[in-house]
Amino acid sequence: MQTKRTVFHSRVLPYFLLAPQLAVTLVFFLWPAAQAIWQSFLRQDPFGLRNTFVWFQNYTRLFNDPDYLNSLGVTFVFSVGVTVLSMSLSLLFAVCVSRVLRSARFYTTLLVWPYAVAPAASGLLWWFMFNPSVGIIPYLLTFLGYTWNHRLHPNDAMVLIIIAAAWKQISYNFLFFVAGLQSVPQSLTEAAAIDGAGPVKRFWTVIFPLLSPTTFFLVVINITYAMFDTFPIVDATTSGGPSQSTNILVYKVYADGFIGLNLGPSAAQSVILMLIVVLLTIVQFRWIERKVQY
Amino acid sequence: MVENRPFLNFLTHLVLIVGVALVVFPVYLAFIASTRGPSDFLTGVVPLTPGNEFWANYNYLLGSGESTAGAPPFLLMLANSLAMAFMISIGKIAISIVSAFAIVYFRFPFRVLAFWVIFMTLMLPVEVRILPTYKVVADLGMLNSYPGLVIPVIASATATFLFRQFFLTVPEEMMEAARVDGAGPLKFFRDILLPLSSTNIAALFIIMFIYGWNQYLWPMLITTEPHYYTVVMGIKRLASVLDGDTQWNLVMAGVILAGLPPVLVIIFMQRLFVKGLVETEK
Repeated sequence: MQTKRTVFHSRVLPYFLLAPQLAVTLVFFLWPAAQAIWQSFLRQDPFGLRNTFVWFQNYTRLFNDPDYLNSLGVTFVFSVGVTVLSMSLSLLFAVCVSRVLRSARFYTTLLVWPYAVAPAASGLLWWFMFNPSVGIIPYLLTFLGYTWNHRLHPNDAMVLIIIAAAWKQISYNFLFFVAGLQSVPQSLTEAAAIDGAGPVKRFWTVIFPLLSPTTFFLVVINITYAMFDTFPIVDATTSGGPSQSTNILVYKVYADGFIGLNLGPSAAQSVILMLIVVLLTIVQFRWIERKVQY
Repeated sequence: MVENRPFLNFLTHLVLIVGVALVVFPVYLAFIASTRGPSDFLTGVVPLTPGNEFWANYNYLLGSGESTAGAPPFLLMLANSLAMAFMISIGKIAISIVSAFAIVYFRFPFRVLAFWVIFMTLMLPVEVRILPTYKVVADLGMLNSYPGLVIPVIASATATFLFRQFFLTVPEEMMEAARVDGAGPLKFFRDILLPLSSTNIAALFIIMFIYGWNQYLWPMLITTEPHYYTVVMGIKRLASVLDGDTQWNLVMAGVILAGLPPVLVIIFMQRLFVKGLVETEK
């Protein structure tokens, strides 16, 4: 791994400098993670007095548990929904902003601030908008003959959390798409225009393919966001309901572990989530390596 | 722009205006709701124009809070959030910049191992290992305390990476010159490296401040005394306890109060924010 050509010489100082970071990492990250792994192989008796080592039983039971399989499906639908919705809107806005020259900064400012809104607050904002008794959207939907109620209808609840999560993520994707669009060489677009390609054709045949590294990166980031950072949105709006229809994996770990106090199964869920994060991180870093080679 | 197409220009602006409206509308509606009295919501649909209960609602929330719902005055929660966000962002930057310094400017046994241990924290978000982490904090007696709010989330792989990348771009000659002049590692760090990193520190500070302010699950778990509540978890408490006959005007005023500080930070420091965001994710 890279260092400077010449380095300082000290036997103690570097360890001293690293100590705070390493101490926090060991005590609050690695030790709990190791415990989760150990815990996931144990089963506690109903009184919490004895632990028995049960090998992979917690895992096999998990994958035979209809609730867990449901949660996997819900998480999949939710992540894909958030990713597609927020990325397509942000790409549209980014393309538009890169077309207007004078007012680009103005629009950018108005589009980026939701990044700062806490996920819990974003959940509450949309919860209010969609509230069956006072919300404006259910009110408008009645004119179309649709009775909105996310407390009763699973699909309504899913739409609610997807919109709340996507709204917050638009600004992030937007900024990265704008940066990506700026790095597309102007000469290529001009060449395509001279060859008679209209704006729409230019976008799909020249600009969009050149954006693919950014798009791929954002897909990974958005899936990570939808899977792990949206806990507050679910907690503030639907709490996993109705009938488990919005019980995404991170919420289920919390609900099973903290409210249900099922230590073994909850730990097994934690371990599976950790594996997913590791996988996503590796994919993300592979992407960075590829980009560096260009 | 390649060619001039008036209709397309019109369409572009139209899309952007609709987009901005979509993004802004929920917050507009929340603000309207927060200026209304509780009886304005009985008619069945939200009003679209501001009312005149603005001062009453905000004064009530800031000063006395909703004590029946177990929510302390918002002034206290805002102060807690501010303290937590500052401590998290300063702490993260401080411990990351020194570890990056050690990793780049020294060669010592277990250097690569240390780097990987720090890297692991990137892969383990709090939500994933929530129960064992809670247990560690409880065993250390850090529940209901500022250290408990801050220290467990203070390690930062992203910040360490960012500073490492930046230090690698600092010219070798800087350090050689400093050494010729007889500066030791700490003097070099303080007098040369720190001033050079100031833009990076500022950009990172904004990102980390927002991260710290928006913490939700962690404060919710480890604080049971209202004295330590932060504002983001406070609004949830306000909303859930009042469910049934939710006092929308107060809940939405709470949402506005909780969201305003970080949004203002982004709007006024947009350039640094964009730099911080784009660079921390590389």
